[in-house]
Amino acid sequence: MHPSASGSTTNISAGPAATPEHGPNAAAPASSESAAIALVGNPNVGKTALFNALTGYRRHVANYPGVSVDLARGPVRGASRTLEVLDLPGTYSLTPASPDEAIVCDVLCGHAPPRPAAILAIVDATNLPRNLYLLSQVLEVGLPAVIALNMIDAARARGIEVDARLLAERLGLPVVPVIATQPETVAPLVPVLESALRAAPPATRVPLPDALARATSALVASAPAPLQPAKALRVLADPDGHSEKQFFKLGGDRCVLAEAREALRAAGIDPGPAEVRARYAWIDRILDGVVIRNLPPGDTWSDRIDRLLTHRVAGVAALAALLYAAFYTIYAGAQPLMDAIDGGVGWLGLRIGELLPAGALRSLVAEGVLGGVGGVLAFLPQILTLFALIAILEDCGYMARAAFMVDRLMRPLGLSGRAFIPLLSSFACAVPAIMGARAIGDRRERFITILIAPFMSCSARLPVYTLLIGALVPAHAWLGGWVRLDALVMLGMYLVGVVFAIPIALLLRKTAFAGPSTGFVLELPGYKWPRLRTVLQRMYLAGWSFVVRAGTVILAVNIVVWALGYFPRSADARAALEQQQQAAGWDDASFESQLAGAYLRESYLGRLGRVIEPAIEPLGWDWRIGIGVLSSFPAREVVIATLGTISNLGEETDARSPSLRSAIQAMTWEDTGKPLFTLPVALSLMVFFALCAQCVSTLVVIGRETHSWMWPCASFVGMTTLAYLVAWGTSAAGRALGL
Amino acid sequence: MPLDTAPVRKMLRITGVSASDPLTYRLMEMGLIEGRQVQVLRRAPWGDPMHLRVGDYELSLRATEAALIDVAAE
Repeated sequence: MHPSASGSTTNISAGPAATPEHGPNAAAPASSESAAIALVGNPNVGKTALFNALTGYRRHVANYPGVSVDLARGPVRGASRTLEVLDLPGTYSLTPASPDEAIVCDVLCGHAPPRPAAILAIVDATNLPRNLYLLSQVLEVGLPAVIALNMIDAARARGIEVDARLLAERLGLPVVPVIATQPETVAPLVPVLESALRAAPPATRVPLPDALARATSALVASAPAPLQPAKALRVLADPDGHSEKQFFKLGGDRCVLAEAREALRAAGIDPGPAEVRARYAWIDRILDGVVIRNLPPGDTWSDRIDRLLTHRVAGVAALAALLYAAFYTIYAGAQPLMDAIDGGVGWLGLRIGELLPAGALRSLVAEGVLGGVGGVLAFLPQILTLFALIAILEDCGYMARAAFMVDRLMRPLGLSGRAFIPLLSSFACAVPAIMGARAIGDRRERFITILIAPFMSCSARLPVYTLLIGALVPAHAWLGGWVRLDALVMLGMYLVGVVFAIPIALLLRKTAFAGPSTGFVLELPGYKWPRLRTVLQRMYLAGWSFVVRAGTVILAVNIVVWALGYFPRSADARAALEQQQQAAGWDDASFESQLAGAYLRESYLGRLGRVIEPAIEPLGWDWRIGIGVLSSFPAREVVIATLGTISNLGEETDARSPSLRSAIQAMTWEDTGKPLFTLPVALSLMVFFALCAQCVSTLVVIGRETHSWMWPCASFVGMTTLAYLVAWGTSAAGRALGL
Repeated sequence: MPLDTAPVRKMLRITGVSASDPLTYRLMEMGLIEGRQVQVLRRAPWGDPMHLRVGDYELSLRATEAALIDVAAE
């Protein structure tokens, strides 16, 4: 063990390049202003933990103009001036492979605001060579830098000692050993960061092969705007890549670039690989004597766990058991909370209703506003539960293993293992699933996952299936009751979504998201215990972003649909019914439910239902089913309350209520008097619900996650059209078979 | 031999990385370059992808990607 690698948390003084004698850095603003510090590092090296330790969990997430990635920033605790840390996405290199990684390159090179005044580079002590690769690129962008040497404890436990003092000396930069999950070890970073703002940018330059250095200089000399050699190297190393586009945007000369590339070809140098080799050769020299490996013989703990958890029998069984437990928690665990929210909002509606006079205002508050708020909040238990599970599995390292195991199964869809968890959780609810797709690095794959997630039958479709199957599917059973027709129909409804999602994923892969697969290069981090604060933070961020950003739109749509179903209420309808009441001898309750039905019939929604009746008649639906479908646009389960209202049952209906079942069985066509809900109609309605995008929450979240209104619109139109056609086909096939 | 056909648990050394496209560039950046050690720890339950140890860390690669890397037994 090296004597100076004692894990002290004091800052290790900077080498010559970091002393102020080089003059103040022009990029650093005056000390009274706020200065941004860019936090840069590989994925899975504790970047978020370091950010949290520095800022005390104070973060605000901002969507930067022109970039479709959210960046978090937060003020540094205990700094003598205003310092802000900017949490950049994790990346392995400044040659970006995804939009997230491109942001790192753009922010560091000053192409995207905010221009940082200094860089805080976090490196993982357990794996320094690969971490120093990104560092070597980052040090060349011309900003003062400080290095946080993280996971010194984990490295020591594995038998890896790092001489931080020697590393600081070789790099000519301050190196502060930290354990990011222990905030007290992070505090010494703050004064080092403050003095770094006054330091000169590091003079570190990785020596390149002559031909590559010449080509870089040629590019720098030709550029109309000042071009750093480091940036010129990025342009050369990544043909047709992100940096090349930036180069042309800034007026770079195509001929000079082509000549430089030709000169490299003549010299037999492939710039990308040549850069990688040069950097790793430099890294080997820097780390010689800095990293001392005393690895104990035998397998690591992580490897022993992997033997079991990725085993072809035990591992698959463990994955299946875990998924079952997760689903059980999401369904059963969240259900009481959802019921409580539902009950609470309903109770509140009644109490507020008592305070208000009967009429439009009471109905607006009770059904429009509180119904909308309840609709938003009802999703929260599932979102929080799912994100708690995802955070635990991700933090402990299992998520990467799950993706590793199922990658082969996802491949025929043009997807990878990373899409598995979001798609699976979509069977509970598409909203958290679409939010969970953020973890997928590849943009094309993320978008395909987001767009096919709503095809998985979520828990909101379940009440619709339950009601219609219970009311209309005959109770056939075979093999002594082990095979039941109603269960088969239910299974079929879940399969319908999957069966249509597969060709749609393939179609998207061939059209809108065509292009080479970025493959499945996934780091498998060592197992560790999940941290409660990490889990709670993920739950909080997911819940908050849903309530604030999606909730407001959902509430607005709910109020609009309420208004369409409420207005206009003419006195004539009431008068006409009052006359009938005398003749039919209704009591007050049945009068009220008759009245609710009459109002709905003449509302704008009801009229709309009759307008679209010609379009839905081929499906075997009448206008009442039509408005059920229309009014369920905010959320699918609303169709049950609407069917309850139109079958003149009044409200307060749920899927299990036998009276609604028998009312549905009794509904007839208004002109012919034939039963409305036949088996083909029920099947086509269920298939429609299985495939349509009748969920404003999902659409809003798609819009939020894709940063575009085009995709939710495309989803809505595409899925509704598909649902209509398949529902028509089901209805026609059902009739042809004489069901 | 190409890495995708390499035996499990043997210590291997990378002798060459073929092809030049963004993917191989990224693999090289992640430390899969000539002269470095690599070990195939296991294959996923359906035979693919592969679980590798590259230097001090672990990585999953599909066989098609591993085929771009030539290795020799140590």
